[in-house]
Amino acid sequence: MAEKIGVYIDQSGVGPLLNAEELAEFVKNKFGGATPVVKTHPRLASEDGRALIKADVDAGGLDGVLVCGSSPRVDWDIFDFPGVLVERVNLREQCAMCYQNPDGSLPAAGGPLPKDLKVMAEDYLRMGVVKLQKMKAPTPDIPETTKRILVLGGGWTGLTSALNAAAAGYDVLLVEQAEALGGWAAKMYKSIPKSYPYTTAEDTGIQQKIKAVTANPRISVATSTALVQLTGAPGNYEAKLAGPKGEETTKVGAVVLATGWVEQDKKYLEPLGYGKFKNVVTSMEFETMVAKGGLSRPGGGTAKSVAFLVDVNLCTAAAAAPAETPAAPAAPAPEAKKPEEKKEGEAAETTFVYPDMESCKHMSYSSELSSLVALKQAGYVVEKDASAVAYIFYDHMMVPGINERYYKAAQDKPGVMLTKGLITDIREDADKGLIISAKDTLLGELIEIKADLVVVPTAMVPVTAHEPTINLNYRQGPAFPDLPLFDGFVDSNYICFPYETRRTGIYAAGCVRQPMTMGTAETDAAGATLKAIQCLASLNRGMAVHPRSGDMSFPVFNFVRCTQCKRCTEECPFGALDDDPKGTPMPNPTRCRRCGTCMGACPERVISFDNYNIDQIGTMIKQIEVPPDMKADGPRALVLVCENDAYPALDMAAMRGHTWSPYVRFIPVRCLGSVNTIWIADAMSRGMDGVLLLGCRYGDDYQCHFVKGSELCNRRMANVAESLNRLGVEPERVLQEQVAIDEYDQVPAIIDRFMDAIIKIGPNPFKGY
Amino acid sequence: MSSQSILVVGGGFSGISAALEAAEVGHEVFIVEKTAFLGGRVAQLNKYFPKLCPPSCGLEIQFQRIRNNKLVKVFTLAEVVGISGSAGNYQVKIRIKPRHVNPGSADLSGLAASLSKDLPNDFDFGLGSRKALHMDMPFAFPNRYVLDKDACSPEDLKKLGACEVVNLDDADKEITLDVGAVVLATGWKPYDVTKLTNLGAGNIPNCITNMQMERLAAAFGPTKGAIVRPSDGAAPKSVAFVQCAGSRDENHLNYCSYICCMASLKQAAYVRERHPEARITIFYIDLRTPGRYDNFAKKILSDPKIKIVKGKVAAAVEDPGTGNVVLTVENAVSGLKSDETFELAVLATGMQPSLAGEKLPFDVAVDEMGFVIGGDEKGIHAAGCAKIPLDVMKSAQSATGAALKAIQTVIGR
Repeated sequence: MAEKIGVYIDQSGVGPLLNAEELAEFVKNKFGGATPVVKTHPRLASEDGRALIKADVDAGGLDGVLVCGSSPRVDWDIFDFPGVLVERVNLREQCAMCYQNPDGSLPAAGGPLPKDLKVMAEDYLRMGVVKLQKMKAPTPDIPETTKRILVLGGGWTGLTSALNAAAAGYDVLLVEQAEALGGWAAKMYKSIPKSYPYTTAEDTGIQQKIKAVTANPRISVATSTALVQLTGAPGNYEAKLAGPKGEETTKVGAVVLATGWVEQDKKYLEPLGYGKFKNVVTSMEFETMVAKGGLSRPGGGTAKSVAFLVDVNLCTAAAAAPAETPAAPAAPAPEAKKPEEKKEGEAAETTFVYPDMESCKHMSYSSELSSLVALKQAGYVVEKDASAVAYIFYDHMMVPGINERYYKAAQDKPGVMLTKGLITDIREDADKGLIISAKDTLLGELIEIKADLVVVPTAMVPVTAHEPTINLNYRQGPAFPDLPLFDGFVDSNYICFPYETRRTGIYAAGCVRQPMTMGTAETDAAGATLKAIQCLASLNRGMAVHPRSGDMSFPVFNFVRCTQCKRCTEECPFGALDDDPKGTPMPNPTRCRRCGTCMGACPERVISFDNYNIDQIGTMIKQIEVPPDMKADGPRALVLVCENDAYPALDMAAMRGHTWSPYVRFIPVRCLGSVNTIWIADAMSRGMDGVLLLGCRYGDDYQCHFVKGSELCNRRMANVAESLNRLGVEPERVLQEQVAIDEYDQVPAIIDRFMDAIIKIGPNPFKGY
Repeated sequence: MSSQSILVVGGGFSGISAALEAAEVGHEVFIVEKTAFLGGRVAQLNKYFPKLCPPSCGLEIQFQRIRNNKLVKVFTLAEVVGISGSAGNYQVKIRIKPRHVNPGSADLSGLAASLSKDLPNDFDFGLGSRKALHMDMPFAFPNRYVLDKDACSPEDLKKLGACEVVNLDDADKEITLDVGAVVLATGWKPYDVTKLTNLGAGNIPNCITNMQMERLAAAFGPTKGAIVRPSDGAAPKSVAFVQCAGSRDENHLNYCSYICCMASLKQAAYVRERHPEARITIFYIDLRTPGRYDNFAKKILSDPKIKIVKGKVAAAVEDPGTGNVVLTVENAVSGLKSDETFELAVLATGMQPSLAGEKLPFDVAVDEMGFVIGGDEKGIHAAGCAKIPLDVMKSAQSATGAALKAIQTVIGR
């Protein structure tokens, strides 16, 4: 609660039309003793301007500083005054620069101050002061935590993660379901190249890694052990494990999920003769065969020629057309049961059904590995028997990046023949060899090749396609919520932030996240480990993790007024809220990302942040002066702007010379998910003529920084429309629009279109009440 | 004395990511960026594949993280000029070039526009022009103009000198930073198109590079997002994408540049969105759309107006009358050679490590192409495309991993 606020107005930001001195007079008259210092400066965002403010702060007597000029997105380094609350009023980009007259014309430079601009600037100044008055410096909540990291999965990725965490000074509990460490890598003969020059297959290195892990004093290993349940929150999890000695519960702080992959159901390989012909094997079967010795065929004899079929069009076509071939997998089966989202009103624990997400698509998703493995295994053939030949048929040789060198090296290998080609048929001949027919090859339009052995790809399916794996004891269920979007992979939907999912404190790495090579998995393990460490370091400082990294505020619940409606617990995108048997929310601050979706959801308005709350925004809305006569003084509309993408887009629009209706007033919000419908009611009951909400895109390719915020807001808007209708207010007065950050050239038209519609509808019937 | 601080060389997506990931664990981090603004190659892109979302969205989050974390210190117009010491204890000499513009986000657009000379715009790969006083992107970080003082006329200098925000006396500075570890995130540059003599060497106006296409398509690009022919500003009715322009070629780059197939599919979507009548052909060797990118490829290729042809483009020449581009294509499957004419051709030029051909201030091994292949043992950790060709997602992953390696170095294990 800032009570002694210094207000500083930047002439270079408000000019040329607005006069900083006049605005200062306005603030003095309006707020008097609440703003004991009101000063102007010709160019506040400068060394000199900073010194001016700093002197006042150092002199004491101020607990808040209100800087009025440039956008809060810039000059933050200049206006940094530890010890006092600092708030910015964006009078430059979102007031002075974007101003146009009501008729769309631009005010003459050097001309008189337009009345509407003056009114707008005064609205923003009032809003700025009350915002500070309704704000407290957040006192961080620092929980008692354990720093131990749980690494789930003892394969290549998990071992790497454990070693990395230990090397960074963290204790690790490594849990592996199988009897031995090593995972798939331990079954392999060799690995595709992991380092320069990227031309030769190399030893997997798995045995050294296992040795290093078992010798590391910081790492405790539990094999033949499963994670039964993970209860709690980052920094303070209780992991219930089931091992050879029964169940035990142990404390961990963060989790690296490295549970890897399982082989795709081999029924998908039937169109390539797998299961029908003895001498058709999967690449994983071939790998173990070679690791054990040689090229002896399952059907007897030794293979002198091996064909690797990387082209899987026959399989994908069969899966796409299940009616024609009854043997082929029916794609709709896994899609049929899809009730992953929580069931309305019902307790989740009794009804949870995990949808199986495996499909033929995983064969396509494994394309890079299928190509690389074929190159590697073709090398085995000629290594084991210099007189043997290996053929590789591919549609696209999927070896992006540096592995082109490995491809080139394989091409140069005597005995290895590669061709593009679409497999059209495969049949067995008298001596149990296979005749492969292919078309569109580089060797001819239609060819037939005989091979003693055929190797078809092993596709990788993340274990999370079949089971939750992480087994969270969360109200929203045991699994990651977005898995169907990624066909079961525990991936992120953010290109820029590959480790960000909807479950704080748990970071996936390796093939459970994406199909990847051992080289890539090694880097990935390091990355996920860093995120786990970072999460622990952040919560030990009372700070949020991505995307509001460093934020010390957190939602505070006034349980006295809670009606147990469960909206907050259901809507939190991050599953931060559990509930007790009565339905009272039980917050887990270390799972929370501070988006405010709970605050937006709460019909009783019992949730608030120290520096962001219902009362604060509500009071700001009340500072917007609404003229009683819309015809004479224009309409007014409130625009609630997502501060992540829409707000920067508005800044940039103004910087690019765009202007728009002078009748809108912007209030930034953390996320549209945090918008409580009471704010809309506040605006409408004040007589404002419309409310526009600008937020991120939603849908499968969502850009919402909090995953679900803009989508949830949109759902709430349906209720708002209904309420307005009941009150006899046109529902068109409230509109949500999706704005991407680079739509700065479109956003002015979005605003103007909305205002045109409002003017057409006419004044708010509640105006003047 | 050993230092817990980390130096990150390069302020592109990898560098910013590595810096922030380390800083949010609690380490002081210095970002040293050669140009005047952070963002690197990502800042030049119109959209990302496969979501077709704006890269500036992710950059804005990163900039916000920098604003909120005092452990991150950014130096732009800065280069490493010397290093001494060893892992855990490096002294790094940084030279900072003058910006000639004082701190503060002063709006100098009017002053910039009033300057007399139009200079070629490197940021737009020569497609547009800029003034000596410039800010390359609307989301610039820092949001502060930079003046190319040597490119000003005497009259312009007079005008600039009169502005209190401009400091014409600003000069080179040198500072020394104590750090325990270094992350090399020097990134990539587009392969020099002038070396592709068979493909016009950059002399055919309507045969552009994929990075130029990004600039054409971007709202803040030279055409404000209009995809038009550079020769006459006309909307192209036929567009060819020539894959592997320099990549997968022993005479140029002996690797695949990872992103170009997905980039061309993405750019095909740009063209289809803006010119619904245009027909598109992609000439490729292999269409490399690994992992779940398969979904994006399938979606784009389901468009009947987008055709793919397996075959290498042997030559590109200009049809002098029309400005069209005539491509000589060798169809890999049919074996036939043919000439095909397009109104616009896009060369999918590959990525070359920025360090290729450069003298390194660090004693780390690079391969014959300029990729960093050593350094970890010295506490110098490569990230992103300085190490191998990657897309943005994999670069972020690589940078996060490198941040951990750097932390392990500074805490001394």
